[in-house]
Amino acid sequence: MINSKEIESLHVESDELYQVLSIEGDSLINLPQNMDSHLMLEMYKKMVSCREFDEKAMKLQRQGRLGTYASFKGQEASQVGSSIALEFSDWMFPTYRDHAATHTHGQKWSTIFLYWMGHIDGSICPEGKKILPPSVPIATQLLHAVGTAWADKLKGEENVSIVYFGDGATSEGDFHEALNFSGVFQTPTVFFCQNNQFAISVPFEKQSASKTIKQRAHAYDMKGVRIDGNDIFAVYLTVKEAVDRARNGGGPTLIEAVTTRYGSHTTADDSKKYRNQEKIEKDWPTTQDPIPRLEKYLRKNHLLDKETEDEMKREIKKEIDEALSIAENYPKATTKQMFEHVYAVNTATIKKQEEEFLHLLGEER
Amino acid sequence: MTQEKLTMLQAINQTLDQVLETKEEVMLLGEDIGKNGGVFRATEGLFEKYGGDRVVDTPLAESGIIGSSIGLALNGKIPIVEIQFLAFIYPGFEQLVSHAARMRYRTRGQFSVPFVIRTPYGAGIRGPELHSESVESFFVQTPGLKVVAPSTPHDAKGLLISAIEDPDPVIFLEDTKLYRAFKEEVPQEMYRIPIGKANVVKEGEDLSIIAWGGMVREAMKAADKLEKSKGWKCEVIDLRSISPLDEETIIHSVKKTGRAMVVHEAHKTGGLGGEITAIINENALIYLKAPVKRVAGFDIPVPSFTLEDQYLPNALRIEQGINETITF
Repeated sequence: MINSKEIESLHVESDELYQVLSIEGDSLINLPQNMDSHLMLEMYKKMVSCREFDEKAMKLQRQGRLGTYASFKGQEASQVGSSIALEFSDWMFPTYRDHAATHTHGQKWSTIFLYWMGHIDGSICPEGKKILPPSVPIATQLLHAVGTAWADKLKGEENVSIVYFGDGATSEGDFHEALNFSGVFQTPTVFFCQNNQFAISVPFEKQSASKTIKQRAHAYDMKGVRIDGNDIFAVYLTVKEAVDRARNGGGPTLIEAVTTRYGSHTTADDSKKYRNQEKIEKDWPTTQDPIPRLEKYLRKNHLLDKETEDEMKREIKKEIDEALSIAENYPKATTKQMFEHVYAVNTATIKKQEEEFLHLLGEER
Repeated sequence: MTQEKLTMLQAINQTLDQVLETKEEVMLLGEDIGKNGGVFRATEGLFEKYGGDRVVDTPLAESGIIGSSIGLALNGKIPIVEIQFLAFIYPGFEQLVSHAARMRYRTRGQFSVPFVIRTPYGAGIRGPELHSESVESFFVQTPGLKVVAPSTPHDAKGLLISAIEDPDPVIFLEDTKLYRAFKEEVPQEMYRIPIGKANVVKEGEDLSIIAWGGMVREAMKAADKLEKSKGWKCEVIDLRSISPLDEETIIHSVKKTGRAMVVHEAHKTGGLGGEITAIINENALIYLKAPVKRVAGFDIPVPSFTLEDQYLPNALRIEQGINETITF
């Protein structure tokens, strides 16, 4: 069993990446018992499913069936590996690039499609879940995850709050305020940074003079770990340890998962303008793509055969096609809905504006 | 009903004490609100009574305070935040407008942020720079927020209780010059004054004067004076809530008097006076015997305190406004 001391000695004192699964698909440590074949296959299935969704979404965007879309391709191990370590009722605060995480934690693909289709219902999470809408402003959501965790601590509830953000977010004041508050009030929060090395066009070396993001944890007297974000075993083990620690009253952790944003910032961006995209596309499949890495491990250990994989892929394709169909056949948002939920009880002014506009629209609404 | 003469500060302190006592979800958060009892002493004695988990001295970071309070509110707490001065709220502005105000809307009612941001505002107490602003329009223009500004100790208690019980985020503006200005009878019991409903503090037939916070007193002084000297009967409306606005009371009054004047200490341009004028024009134009008058703070930064009396709408300008409108 990997213990916290081992991680600490490797990664709090150094800039090295904590890695468990080599690029060749070999485990570098004796895996703990909770990492059984069932969990590994689930990790694999989720990552393949997320990749399928992402590639589908890119195509749909090109066809004009989705609005601007932010691809998470390349970050599947970080997102699936972290969210699979959570319990059902843990809080999740994602950004707009974290749909692999939200889906793994229980968000429906159909809802995620709706979000990118610009539907007003695209941020509703399944009953009983605590998955908040993607934060569009950068780093603001970190503080929300401090607050929910703080409330759980005060109420004696055992939930953990996990928050996702990128390397760019670590330049924002809210990043520092959140780490500081979390440290002061010892909230059960896991700060999960996906350092995908670019904030739209600006590389991390221009973002900060800090060598790593992890080292910022030191300033707030908090555990900080730097891991290979393309290694789903390293991600899972690190996050599992952090959520367990948080749940047991051990306070927050800052995790820096170093990964790669394979594509452009969004479909409205062209990364060729600011980085060597050709090189990334050439090198990434063999050195950084997290999916073949796990696949190699599973095959070497006879946990995945072609039949199982084909069946899995068929299932995934069906699931995503169904989700798309649900989203595309979802009732169109009405003008009336546009006016709903501004307040618990809308003001007289809003009611009047709604009434007048609906009257003007007449039958056309 | 047991009554006691209290200042506005004492009324607020009593209210906070009572809600901490009766609602276990309530938490107070802010800078220096614990042992120090707040820079104005609004939370005096509460830390000692309820402890540091419920009356929280936070790190000095307004976005941190408001942002973490959003999380607390999402998870069942009722945070009552004190921002030390309104002009210090800007680091937390994004949290308010991009998250607190939109959470209900974005999640179709699934999640909401029921909290109260109390903050002293306004000029007139010889405060240092950036301790005297009236920038309520920033918040009034944000759908999803409510904005309340009491003008008396009695109203402060009733409105604060309503704000705390409100299911949506409320900005509660406390005019610093009213804090210790006067005492009035405040019932010991918990009572509510509805948010969104104005109060006609003086009835009249000749001119409707619309104000809130500390400007209500100034408007009243001018109205009383001109009633004695000229016999003009002004109707004075205390909005109490500036978002949502009680349009009905304003329109009803202007239809009766045929004249209107707005007094606010916020800067004139983009101030709420323009909005109220437009509401009157849209709904009661044909009743008007004179243009709607605005007496407001000038379009300059609130100056250092030796000049703040000149910045504030004063008796001279309010009386002149009444005079011009009635004799138009």
